[in-house]
Amino acid sequence: MSSKTKINLSAFDIFNTIFLSFLTFVTLYPFIYVLFASISDPFEMMRYNGFLLWPKGFSLEAYKMVAINPNIALGFGNTLFYVIVGSSINVILTSLAAYVLSRKSFTPRKYFMLAIVFSMMFSGGMIPTYLLVRDLGLYNTRWALIFPTAINTINFIIMRTSFLEIPDSIEESVRIDGANDFQVLYHIVLPLSKAVIAVITLFYTVYHWNSWFNASIYLTNRALYPLQLVLREILIQNDTAGMMIGTSSADNQPIGETIKYATIMVSTLPILCVYPFIQRYFVTGVMLGGVKG
Amino acid sequence: MGLNKVIKTGIISKTSILDILKKEFLKNKYLYIMITPVFLYYLIFMYQPIYGSLIAFKHYYPGISVFSSPWAGTYYFEEFFKSYYFFRLLRNTLLISVYNIIFGFPAPIILALLLNEVRGRIFKRTVQTMTYLPHFISTVVVGSLILNFAARNGVINIILGYIGIGPIQFMIMPEWFRTIYVGSSIWQEIGWDSIIYLAALSSIDQQLYDACKIDGGGRLKQLMSVTIPSISPTIIIMLILRVGKIMNVGYEKIMLLYNSNTYVTADVISTFVYRKGILEGNFSYAAAVGLFNSVINLALLVAVNRISRKMSDTSLW
Repeated sequence: MSSKTKINLSAFDIFNTIFLSFLTFVTLYPFIYVLFASISDPFEMMRYNGFLLWPKGFSLEAYKMVAINPNIALGFGNTLFYVIVGSSINVILTSLAAYVLSRKSFTPRKYFMLAIVFSMMFSGGMIPTYLLVRDLGLYNTRWALIFPTAINTINFIIMRTSFLEIPDSIEESVRIDGANDFQVLYHIVLPLSKAVIAVITLFYTVYHWNSWFNASIYLTNRALYPLQLVLREILIQNDTAGMMIGTSSADNQPIGETIKYATIMVSTLPILCVYPFIQRYFVTGVMLGGVKG
Repeated sequence: MGLNKVIKTGIISKTSILDILKKEFLKNKYLYIMITPVFLYYLIFMYQPIYGSLIAFKHYYPGISVFSSPWAGTYYFEEFFKSYYFFRLLRNTLLISVYNIIFGFPAPIILALLLNEVRGRIFKRTVQTMTYLPHFISTVVVGSLILNFAARNGVINIILGYIGIGPIQFMIMPEWFRTIYVGSSIWQEIGWDSIIYLAALSSIDQQLYDACKIDGGGRLKQLMSVTIPSISPTIIIMLILRVGKIMNVGYEKIMLLYNSNTYVTADVISTFVYRKGILEGNFSYAAAVGLFNSVINLALLVAVNRISRKMSDTSLW
């Protein structure tokens, strides 16, 4: 930005900075609170009512309880499965769709796009989809959480828009040498699209990590429950009883509270760790989809 | 059956449809192989349920196929329209969505505009990074944060206590539900939604600003004459998309936060479909309500797109 003006802070700039700082604080404070509360002493937490600017006392009791809880460990394992297998299928199918529908030589291109975009605007709804999953025999299996959501149309559009950006000349020069469509995909399009593939992979990963509703309607076998569904029982339905092994009943309520905080920390930490890596790719990825798509 | 095809030399020859198809498949055989799983996915999981929503017009019971279920016509729709809950559900769905649009739609735009004015790059990046963090937190965690902070002895009531307002039991009071829902949605999405606008802002030609400054325009004038007109296509598209989702209020969060005390303002069409269909097994009825929802959604989307096309040059199609 060329600027011949002096840098002078107007009242607006000061207000802006204060406001944005306040906004950042409000955004972050809930997490800070949860962090401090999770390492605080349970009994002091119970007596204390107010802002937490630092932990009250220190105790890792809550984390101990979380670590030995079999449901949470199982939930973690299941979610890892859904993330790895689910996201792989997601990315593969989305890439195939984006690739084929970005090739001008593909004659039915327009019709496919129409059908896909229409499906975004009108759908059968919760009940017909539920009945379909049951009729397909996917009910109460892991695949109920993977197949029905195999392609997210918005992600597909983002990827396709990005594939369309690759100049025709590169593809043409390889075709002259006799490359077929598979080879163009594998040797040209994919290597040039690492950024958008990374973004879409992360979108799907975050989706699988956070999802619980489909599991709640399709799974009755607790051994298949993803992490967030386990969390829902603990955090929302207030069911911490199963977690407190080896504590006396007098201790239960305060520990129950700090257990909730520890559970939130443990389930959100993976996302927070991946976050710095995600962050770099975002603006590019969303820009592609939004501004141009 | 034949197809007349005129070749450049003017000779008319007959090429059958089969030949054309064969040529197409040969040319693009790998593409067709690659698109097959995609095609199957959309056919099975997106289009079959559209066919399946026919059970809204039939007396469907599990075990019989959609095709052979007895015809019910508009029976379930009438039941829904005449039911005690109809107006409540419609009102709640619309109100929550409309509040979300009135308050939640401008917020990311304003944030983007404010961030755009920030001169310090590090500060700008930091605020951006921090504000879109909540978008990645699951609904379950957000729900539990809300339940925790809005509880009787939660942080919000502590703050209210400082200014002398007695503890309010937010989560069981219907009049607070919409505020909590919309407020938490803004908290969670303001950063993420602002990305699109920031991207649009960063692509505005600097020369437009220079021209405005030469004409003596101060910051406000620049905002009104350059910035806002430049991003208005983005704003309009996002608004169309938003309105097109009016009937699809984010039911996951509602489901986690509502209780029988707050049904009167919190129960929306989607949560009703869930209870009637999945929990109670009243499939035809729930499907009818769901179909009603989808149709209204589509109609709104088409209407808003048409209005936008007439009033500005921007539209989705």
